[in-house]
Amino acid sequence: MKFALSKNKDFWAGMMLVAIGAAALFIARDYRFGSALRMGPGFFPTILSVILIAFGVCITAVGLRSGEKVQGNLSFRAFLLLPLSLVLFGVLMDLAGFIPALAVLVFVSAASGREFKSMEVLALTTVLTVASVALFIWGLGLPYPLLKGF
Amino acid sequence: MELFHNLVFGFGVALSLQNLLYCLIGCLVGTLIGVLPGIGPMATIAMLLPLTYNVPPVAAMIMLAGIYYGAMYGGSTTSILVNLPGETASVITCIDGYQMAKQGRAGAALAIAAIGSFFAGTVCTLIVAMFGPPLANMALKFGSPEYFSLMLMGLVTAAVLAQGDMLKSLAMVVLGLLLGIVGSDVDSGIKRFCFGVFELADGIGFVIIAVGVFAVGEIISNLSDPEERVVFTSSVGSLYPTPQDLKQSISPILRGTGLGAFLGILPGTTPSIATFASYMIEKKVARDPSRFGHGAIEGVAAPEAANNADAQCKFIPMLTLGIPASGTMALMLGALMIHGITPGPGVMTSKPDLFWGMIASMWVGNLMLVILNLPLIGMWVSLLKVPYRLLFPAIMVFSAIGIYSTNNASFDVYLAALFGVLGIAWRMFGCSPVPMLLGFVLGPMMEENLRRALQVSNGDPSVFVTRPISLAFIIVSALILAVMTMPAVKKRRGNITG
Repeated sequence: MKFALSKNKDFWAGMMLVAIGAAALFIARDYRFGSALRMGPGFFPTILSVILIAFGVCITAVGLRSGEKVQGNLSFRAFLLLPLSLVLFGVLMDLAGFIPALAVLVFVSAASGREFKSMEVLALTTVLTVASVALFIWGLGLPYPLLKGF
Repeated sequence: MELFHNLVFGFGVALSLQNLLYCLIGCLVGTLIGVLPGIGPMATIAMLLPLTYNVPPVAAMIMLAGIYYGAMYGGSTTSILVNLPGETASVITCIDGYQMAKQGRAGAALAIAAIGSFFAGTVCTLIVAMFGPPLANMALKFGSPEYFSLMLMGLVTAAVLAQGDMLKSLAMVVLGLLLGIVGSDVDSGIKRFCFGVFELADGIGFVIIAVGVFAVGEIISNLSDPEERVVFTSSVGSLYPTPQDLKQSISPILRGTGLGAFLGILPGTTPSIATFASYMIEKKVARDPSRFGHGAIEGVAAPEAANNADAQCKFIPMLTLGIPASGTMALMLGALMIHGITPGPGVMTSKPDLFWGMIASMWVGNLMLVILNLPLIGMWVSLLKVPYRLLFPAIMVFSAIGIYSTNNASFDVYLAALFGVLGIAWRMFGCSPVPMLLGFVLGPMMEENLRRALQVSNGDPSVFVTRPISLAFIIVSALILAVMTMPAVKKRRGNITG
């Protein structure tokens, strides 16, 4: 083996599939399996989980033999900040209203890019927030409060 | 004659002011994202889907379809002008298209690309109109076993013919099926894989998966790759191709259309396969193959026709059978379901305005694209100057509001964030998320048909191989699997798609 297992893409793909399959199988054991004649709620998921685990094992095995490296670069900044911006949007929609939620969404997602020019991002945040309020709240009539409970 | 009546009816629907407007919006948005690299039609359709909730289903589908083929036109524009394929399907057009542009013949290349696409679009509109109804009528007679086997065949072919590792694609289909059955079981009412979360009782929202994996995931992967700078310096030149250009392009356009239409009906084949194959054929039949790569107009005409033919014919299995032949078609099926329409052969009879209106609108849309695109080329090119760092926050805004507004639930937004992370992990592990989406769309229908089929047969699984039509589907799936796993084919497949 030329490099560590931690960079073997097939190994990880296979392990991920096995893990998901095993978790699904574990959960599905609570659902009645039934019989072929009267399929219970557990019938289809159980079969799918078993097939998924089988595929996962095959792919892991292929990975151990061929050992291809994980492909592509990953910007950890984007990987962390973009999903975070969505989560913050959700939280702020519940707590603070449409405008703060949007402003934070635009600001944090813009921060996940390679270049960050503060003036430009501020301008972008303003423009996108105003445009969204105009389009979604006034235009399409979405029933969200612009600002909540201060 | 019936075809004629149906088409007239369809044009009546497509030419209503509202539908024309939505078609125009779709085509413009499609061209826009086709021109802009880094935003694909899948992410766009997923992102704009929630905006169509309050629009009548016909108009919504017409607009979404417009985005799809608009993107094909837009993608070829940037391929020719700046050697930058806006869409993966346009990669081949770069080869000779950009060379033509360098020789100052960009206008001719663009015009031929548009003419070829329009011709292919016209032919394929007719093909869909002609073959759709008999296919749907045949499928109406299918029972559950046939339907189950048909879906199986669709998923297997899609996974096997898709780009990337076959084993992983098949596994992703299964994963998609599993994700598809999250939520209340229709039969027993038991909530499956819900973890006590109220928002999951109706299943994972289609928009959540689509936006999470294809919009958020795509942005992360774009931000991870180094940015390319685009400079367009040469002039477009005359937009009118010379008679010589036209003469040289006629047969390539015909061949490209035929090939694209044939490949288009097969599930899983991407437009890139059709464009690649048609380019290879042109090179083979050309009297002087050495011209290719140095601005041969055939190298633009044929792939562009094939590209559009493929895209258009992908609608046949989607509209008539309810089987998605590509990721975009899975999104279109999802859109139908969101509008409360059960996809399948019944759509043609229960929603004739939708069926025929969509078919007619394809032709209308193609016409709009030809008329609009050529004069607007300057504008599209100037849009390339908009840096990606200003674009992707806007995509995030549309995505987030779209997801949130579906159920007014912030949980949905969190789930989309999770799928964004999963989407990027899958990409890095070489697992294409497209087969997952196909499985996800078909999951509940497959379970339902399996259940019914086994009930009818008294629990005997041999029902799938004793009914002739069902057996035929199973044999085809097995054959495709067998052929594609043969070492010789496997190697060639790697060369084509890899």
